[in-house]
Amino acid sequence: MQLNKFKLSSIIEWGTLVGTTLIVCFFLVVILFEIVSKGAGSISWEFISSVPKEGMTKGGILTPIIGTVLITLITALFSIPFGVCCAIYLNEYAENNWLTRIIRAAIRNLSGVPSIIYGLFGLALFVQTLQLGTSLFAAGLTLGLLSLPYIITTTEEALMQIPNSTREAALAVGATKFETIKDVVIPSAVPGILTGVVLTLSRAAGETAPILFTGAAFYISDTNGYLNQEFMALPYHLYMLSTQHQSIDEVRPIAYGTALILILVVFVLNLSAFYIRYKFRKNEN
Amino acid sequence: MKTKLSADNLNISFGSKHVLKNVSVQFEENKITALIGPSGCGKSTLLRSFNRMHDLVPYAKIQGSIKLEDQDIYAKNIPVTEIRKRIGMVFQKANPFPKSIYDNIAYGLKINNLPHDKSVIEKALTEAFLWDEVKDDLKMPAHRLSGGQQQRLCIARAVALRPEVILMDEPCSALDPVSTIKIEELILHLKEKYTIAIVTHNMQQAQRIADHTYFMYLGEVKESGLTQDIFEHPKHEMTKNYINGVFG
Repeated sequence: MQLNKFKLSSIIEWGTLVGTTLIVCFFLVVILFEIVSKGAGSISWEFISSVPKEGMTKGGILTPIIGTVLITLITALFSIPFGVCCAIYLNEYAENNWLTRIIRAAIRNLSGVPSIIYGLFGLALFVQTLQLGTSLFAAGLTLGLLSLPYIITTTEEALMQIPNSTREAALAVGATKFETIKDVVIPSAVPGILTGVVLTLSRAAGETAPILFTGAAFYISDTNGYLNQEFMALPYHLYMLSTQHQSIDEVRPIAYGTALILILVVFVLNLSAFYIRYKFRKNEN
Repeated sequence: MKTKLSADNLNISFGSKHVLKNVSVQFEENKITALIGPSGCGKSTLLRSFNRMHDLVPYAKIQGSIKLEDQDIYAKNIPVTEIRKRIGMVFQKANPFPKSIYDNIAYGLKINNLPHDKSVIEKALTEAFLWDEVKDDLKMPAHRLSGGQQQRLCIARAVALRPEVILMDEPCSALDPVSTIKIEELILHLKEKYTIAIVTHNMQQAQRIADHTYFMYLGEVKESGLTQDIFEHPKHEMTKNYINGVFG
């Protein structure tokens, strides 16, 4: 009897866990299937290599692809150095007092602020106060701000994973604090830092709200790429095609194609995060 | 006998916790000195104060003097990195750098602007009884070595800098008996060239390798002398109880 009871409860436990996992996978597969089945038809070399034509009803999505790549680059250039250095300071140098605790809490809270707030803040600061106008640069900085808390948090967590004994090892052979951080702590933390950075950037690449007021354009018929001009980006393009276009039914296939490309871009970014981690693990062991 | 490293009336406190109270010790040149005592008696704190590891703790307060020969190691005009080069340290748990075996030795030499060609690396590894085991795998990550090998690598890393004193904080506590014996042989061999201070919880180990022993209790030195005297004719009841395993 006792044994049967045990068996039953373990089947229920196992069943619950497997069941919830299957439900999650089910939705994931449905979403992917929907997008791939409806978007695959419109994907061709021409689709990704030509600019949108005739009010976006024809042509491809080269312009928003270039825009998304460039804005992700600007976001990276701005948020990685500031974010990583800030995390190094907080974790390695700052004393654990009330001030750093407040700073840390503020950073954690910032990562929970809705992205539309960042959009409005970017509009006020970069577009208006700093007179950058609605431009690729202003939007890139806004996305950079959005990414900062994530990069700081993930970098700090990667640094915290490095045991103190590793730092002591370097200090004990006569390394200065800076040498210890540069030669031992950071190299050990690189896989964690890079994973956080890439996942943050892939999130930023898919954001719509922060670029809404700061530089994303409804329609540019030429390839763009000037820092001081408006640009097209994949997520915003998708939003426009799905909800704001005058002939929604006509552009539906293009919208699905855009969604598929956006997912592929994010997927490739995430894959590279896995690859980086795999490569570093291999080197270490 | 010449005193190599000494602490005089040393008091260390962390915040309101007074960890070391008027501690005075002398480590003689080319001798092994063991620090024994129950957990929390301050022996690791004492050992770490000799290569200024407490500098990292902002609320640590250190009073008294520690001298390496005639040099006050806490003097303002002497860089801490210089002290740590002259007084090496081996930690409780082997902590090789996440680098290759070769680079583990070369790193300390590099940052101290010392020659770090292969012959120097070979010499350090040979001195730590590790060369024959790793000579074909110098590019291998150090983390792949066994626990005992990692600890010998850490000793090699310390001796590569040609320090004057090597501090060892329970270097065998995480190792199996065979690796422990190997490290003890190594320590006995190293005392020909270096002055060694070792913290240990293992009474047999202290008796096997140490020339002098300090017994500490609650932040004070209770008894000290030749290892044989301490273990065979302890003066204090407390020392006797501790080495006989009545408390610990």
